[in-house]
Amino acid sequence: MSVAKTLSASDVEIGATLPPMTIKASPTFIISTALATRDFQDVHHDRDAAVARGSEDIFLNILTDNGLVQRFVTDWAGPEALVRSIDIKLGVPCYAYDTLTFTGTVTDRVTVDGEQRWVVEVVGTGNLGDHVRGTVHIALPEEAS
Amino acid sequence: MTTDATDTASRSDAATAQASAGNAPAADAQADRIRRAAELIAARGPSAPVLGRDPVNQAMVNTWTEAMGDANPVYTDASAAESSVHGGLVAPPAMAQVWTMRGLHGTRAEDDPLGAMMLALDEEGFTSVVATNSSQTYHRYLRPGEHVAASNRLESVVGPKQTALGEGWFVTTCTTWTVGEETVAEMTFRVLKFRPTSSRPSVREGARIIEAPEYADGVLRPVTSRDTAFFWAGTQVGELRIQRWGDTLRHPPGPVDPGGDLDAKPDYIVARGTGTVYSYVVHHHPKVPGKRLPFVVALVELDEGVRVLGELIDVDPDEVAIGLSVRAVFLRVDEDLTLPAWEVVR
Repeated sequence: MSVAKTLSASDVEIGATLPPMTIKASPTFIISTALATRDFQDVHHDRDAAVARGSEDIFLNILTDNGLVQRFVTDWAGPEALVRSIDIKLGVPCYAYDTLTFTGTVTDRVTVDGEQRWVVEVVGTGNLGDHVRGTVHIALPEEAS
Repeated sequence: MTTDATDTASRSDAATAQASAGNAPAADAQADRIRRAAELIAARGPSAPVLGRDPVNQAMVNTWTEAMGDANPVYTDASAAESSVHGGLVAPPAMAQVWTMRGLHGTRAEDDPLGAMMLALDEEGFTSVVATNSSQTYHRYLRPGEHVAASNRLESVVGPKQTALGEGWFVTTCTTWTVGEETVAEMTFRVLKFRPTSSRPSVREGARIIEAPEYADGVLRPVTSRDTAFFWAGTQVGELRIQRWGDTLRHPPGPVDPGGDLDAKPDYIVARGTGTVYSYVVHHHPKVPGKRLPFVVALVELDEGVRVLGELIDVDPDEVAIGLSVRAVFLRVDEDLTLPAWEVVR
């Protein structure tokens, strides 16, 4: 079996926008992603503990933001896009029952260690505002695979 | 000292200088302690590499991709991965950190700099933590069976900063992930260690506050007014506050000067909390929600001269007598209500 098509370098232009991705951050989503990332901090699965620690509710952990940003970019670029780095900065928390919408733009093309990489700027916005801002570097095949 | 430690020192010096204008000396002393702890921890350099709980494995990859909703077949479909650029199954790069998470019952290595810094900040009252930045670089994709180890070092500690969550310190660490001798990924990670703004105000030193959630069910809640709010705010922090009109103490607090001066404004004193039983009842019947019968309610004449009512706890009713020496304690029912009570001075 062959994998789905991955964008090639010639398919991408600076300024290109990514199709938005929507994530419903249900309690189940927040808890299952926290556990899947081996993050057992109570603020990611125990509402009483989260409230006692000053939060409104349980909230998404940062390892999941990493995963979502990666998924958002490779869902667009294709399965063989090579993720070289993910740099994220968190803003407002993403509490249970929030909905995140990820948007992204290709902003640059750089060469690192002789490899051409596309720079994708990503924003994940929830009900309270910008939850995560990130920069992802990916390498793409030179020709369509 | 390494360059990183020097960097830590200079940055936190700057932060402290910035924050110290108008701060109490106690806050400055605290910032100094935190800064010193950070310098010592940073100077230790990187921790010894610690292997992850398990090698890279398909079960954890499957759980992760299902939770994230990531359908990329190079992580989960062997034949698709075979024909891909990877030539076989690989782990999602964003799982790099997952492989070396300590898990539910894991303990930090003794030389782990983040653990040491968290402890130092816990001790200073910055008890909550939230991650703010993660910058990961993946040198290559990992494959099932590879066993990843992590080594951490403290890069910087910056604060105190006022944030939306409360006052806190930004703690930045650098992690290097290795397979054998090979570095496979790196991360700069920043957390905010903060004192939650919604946390309770600090309790008066020496005050005895007793958690009494069993009173919450059915307790008669006092009506708080502008005349009495100060009293109930006081019990929450272990203070027995008595209204004062000029030189005259008045309890229960009232809206008007006992001397009749309509322009007078009250303030309050904090009573020492000690006094003697002026009168009391032993309540045998009827039942009162949340209480075991019998219990004692005492009217206590404080050393300051006013009389205050409250339950006399942890006492045999036969032991109670007029003139018994007691002191104030505080029964913390819930976030909203703390009741004054008495215990026998033994």
